[in-house]
Amino acid sequence: MPNICEEYDVVVVGAGHAGCEAALACARLGLETICFTVSNDSIAMMPCNPNIGGSSKGHLVREIDALGGEMGKNIDATFIQSKMLNSSKGPAVHSLRAQADKSDYSRRMRRVMENTEHLLVRQAEVSEIIVEDGVIRGVKTFSGAVYHAKAVVLCTGVYLKARCIYGDTSYETGPNGLQAATHLTDSLMKNGIEIRRFKTGTPARVDKRSIDFSKMTEQFGDEKVVPFSFTTNPEDVQKEQISCWLTYTNEETHKIIRDNLDRSPLYAGVIHSTGPRYCPSIEDKVVKFADRDRHQVFIEPEGLYTNEMYLGGMSSSMPEDVQYAMYKTVPGLEHVRIVRNAYAIEYDCISAIQLKSSLEFKKIKGLFAGGQFNGSSGYEEAAAQGIVAGINAAMYVQGREPMILDRSESYIGVLIDDLVTKESTEPYRMMTSRAEYRLLLRQDNADLRLTKRGYEVGLIDEERMNGVIEKERLIQEELERVEALNIGTNDKVQELLAKYGSTPLKTGATLAELVRRPELTYQALAPIDPHRPDLREDIQEQVNINLKYQGYIERQMRQVEHFKKLENKVIPAEIKYSDINGLRKEAMQKLEKFAPHSIGQASRISGVSPADISVLLVYMEQFYRK
Amino acid sequence: MKDTIVAISTSTMSSGGISIVRMSGPDAIAIADRVFVAKNKKSLSESQSHTVHYGVVKNENDVVDEVLAVLMKAPNTYTREDIVEIDCHGGILVTKKVLETLLDAGARLAEPGEFTKRAFLNGRIDLSQAEAVIDVINSKNEYALKASVGQLDGKLSAKIKELRAILIEDIAFIEAALDDPEHISLDNFVNKLGINVDKCVDSVDNLLKSADNGRIMKDGIQTVILGKTNAGKSSLLNALAKEERAIVTDIEGTTRDVLEEQINMGGVLLNIVDTAGIRKTDDYVESIGVEKAKKYAKDAELVVFVVDATRKMDQNDEEILDLIREKNVIVLLNKSDMQAVLTKEDIKQKIDCPVLQISAKEETGLEALETCVKDMFFHGNIQFNEEIYVTNARHKSLLKDALESLKLVQDGIEAGMSEDFLTIDLMGAYEKLGFIIGEEVEDDLADEIFAKFCMGK
Repeated sequence: MPNICEEYDVVVVGAGHAGCEAALACARLGLETICFTVSNDSIAMMPCNPNIGGSSKGHLVREIDALGGEMGKNIDATFIQSKMLNSSKGPAVHSLRAQADKSDYSRRMRRVMENTEHLLVRQAEVSEIIVEDGVIRGVKTFSGAVYHAKAVVLCTGVYLKARCIYGDTSYETGPNGLQAATHLTDSLMKNGIEIRRFKTGTPARVDKRSIDFSKMTEQFGDEKVVPFSFTTNPEDVQKEQISCWLTYTNEETHKIIRDNLDRSPLYAGVIHSTGPRYCPSIEDKVVKFADRDRHQVFIEPEGLYTNEMYLGGMSSSMPEDVQYAMYKTVPGLEHVRIVRNAYAIEYDCISAIQLKSSLEFKKIKGLFAGGQFNGSSGYEEAAAQGIVAGINAAMYVQGREPMILDRSESYIGVLIDDLVTKESTEPYRMMTSRAEYRLLLRQDNADLRLTKRGYEVGLIDEERMNGVIEKERLIQEELERVEALNIGTNDKVQELLAKYGSTPLKTGATLAELVRRPELTYQALAPIDPHRPDLREDIQEQVNINLKYQGYIERQMRQVEHFKKLENKVIPAEIKYSDINGLRKEAMQKLEKFAPHSIGQASRISGVSPADISVLLVYMEQFYRK
Repeated sequence: MKDTIVAISTSTMSSGGISIVRMSGPDAIAIADRVFVAKNKKSLSESQSHTVHYGVVKNENDVVDEVLAVLMKAPNTYTREDIVEIDCHGGILVTKKVLETLLDAGARLAEPGEFTKRAFLNGRIDLSQAEAVIDVINSKNEYALKASVGQLDGKLSAKIKELRAILIEDIAFIEAALDDPEHISLDNFVNKLGINVDKCVDSVDNLLKSADNGRIMKDGIQTVILGKTNAGKSSLLNALAKEERAIVTDIEGTTRDVLEEQINMGGVLLNIVDTAGIRKTDDYVESIGVEKAKKYAKDAELVVFVVDATRKMDQNDEEILDLIREKNVIVLLNKSDMQAVLTKEDIKQKIDCPVLQISAKEETGLEALETCVKDMFFHGNIQFNEEIYVTNARHKSLLKDALESLKLVQDGIEAGMSEDFLTIDLMGAYEKLGFIIGEEVEDDLADEIFAKFCMGK
């Protein structure tokens, strides 16, 4: 029987947070793109937590936005509460987090996807990849239809051979009962791709009407909301917000969990895969932090048009009756009614060390991968890889150089570099501690860092690029003005200083010197700076940060210089690690396996010690001399 | 390492009793067999490892030299390759001839440091050991040698590792708390951090102090002997140089712009400035002029001021005293065996420094001088068993950087910066210390280290 056979530039497999960014990037760059999903109704679905952003994840969203991605715009249009986290700490760890109206979020992304030129969203299960001589040629669906393509991006999320489990109940489905993709794994393995199995989990959803909020602490959004996207007008996001609620587990909760550990599939050995350490189930928390007498539980709305509430911090794979029993011990949840059970989900994914930094498979040309399929966890991590995989699939089709972001310019660079150089044994979650140069990689300067990269690729238009160049200029000019501006010791000055508890001036000082005092800011000093130009808030913020933390920023930049030196030491492709006797055996094997492109990357491979790197450096110096 | 390298590994400057030509590489034994004929006619390739063989080196049919061939088969050798060392007669010509013979037979002339580099590349030694090897080679006295050997053993690394462990634990705690504020609290952590950082500052400070001692041990003390005519400067120097207490060598003007004599005084090296030929003339100040004396006094780390105890202080002495008031000075009251008109107390009134009575002619009081120098430069503490001495300029400069970072952490704590800032300088200090022991990768380190070697090592 003759089958359907169509031609595309790019095939994207999956329409979750990674797949959407990948497909949009390709289509927006003018490539004919088809994006497959098991259900057109579940585009950009949020099957777990109802929020976008959070510590370090907020950074990722802003970086995606600076590159020309959709996630930031989508959450700005659909959020119901927003907060800047860690605002009492330094600017490096400030992070935006917004509660989403889940269905709105998904619906808006669907509208964007369906209305993007050159893009078709197609409901079908991709069951095979077609590879000839190490080059991708397209995919085949379960029905036998063939879609030829120059590049393919795999963003299968948690759907490959997915299995949902709680207690002794398990279903062979993806999240929310959606159809799992059961066939693609075999085809990937046939093509030499190594597969492994990870797990993640989600808490129960409960009926809002059954919660006693009087026993909980109300968590409000910020009075002044900051948008995620640099293109969103800040005025458009000032709206009425919905509250979240905080309550705690107690000893009684923990006792129920401990007494029933033998019924937990994780501890009873039913789940063999590895879960994320940093987003643990309540069972894990009770076992790991045995000395804690309580854990936080955040009650978060799933949306405006539903009574479902998410029990943040209480993901579990306990049997239904245990879930009920433990939730009911929590203050405010005594009479709780569960709407959806908590469950764990197991799925097939890969170790991303099979990928280059461009997210292309080392062994299969034109095949790219992004998202949870690469062993990460989280919507934002997925979207970040999605946009990079999409961009690089497009670069590949267009015969252009891949876009590779490094660790000193973005969290996305850190994320991808970690994924491709470190063999993680659990789903990878972004964290601020993973970024070495986080004072330079702030969420507030993502546009200054990355818009240019998006522009070079073609996802950012001229106007937006010029806006950033203009912003840079204004910041620079203002910095110079403030550094040179001398402030006298008049009464007005002393009064202002007194107001902020700052030591009075004995002699004059520059305005910059005053900004550097811990208790003062650039903004606070406006009254004694009459000729200050009228600058946008985001520009004022940059001026303030650059002045206040100048010393730290400069020192971090020096660390980056050192980092760059090692990144720029390219390891010749013809190097034979087995010839270098000084390398320890483990290091030699790892280096052969990873084939790092630079000394810098080699130094980050686990199992390769600094001593091995110095051996490699000396060997390379000999090598180049010959 | 496919090729076989060869070099003369003893000093080519001196003509000692024997010279050693060292060859390392996969063909070392085969090449040696081409030119070496053992008395018992047995070839080296058939011989047991780590054995010595008597015979001759032949070039074509001519006997070049009568030699001992030391056979060391891989892997238990310095480079972990096959090594053959030829012990030949010490003459430069003969040694060179042996070398040329081996080159003709297929070996390649080694680059400076290449033997050690191979030892390193083959995993025999690590980078800090390689670095210490240079220091051992360049050690000029026993203290310097002990300090270098101490470093080879890893005393310095042990100390640095200890400091790094403190720092990384605090960094990790802050990072963990930033990532998981629910379970890990930073309340009051800064106090604990402050105490740890203060401790690290003290430790690094002490290492840096030892660095000064270390350098002095390794390079010697820049010394100038001043005194007016006939005070006894030359007798003093001759006395110091006598009895074979001293190794007197000329150091060429590569590192210093003047010739100096190096005297080993009880293990401490004195580099005595000798531009005017101090041993030839007693008219020292006159002959070099006050201006020059000023200059030398300015650069010197130690000024030995020789005063004639039989004469009153005069204008000349006063002038010299004015030159040296700010320096490390030892006044030697010479001719103390004769009728003295000057007492210790007379001198002490004019300058606050140790005053010793000696007789350069009779060679008395010299031990006191030795003790005095040691007290002055090593605070009486010249034990090498427990102390770590930093003798390497690279290490010293990194320690300084680490200290600076640690002080910035202290400043940050003082200014109430939040913990995510403090980690920047904590990490800075951690990295700098890591560079010293090679636990952080420094891109040009390897080149830098191996470039300092001389040929044959």
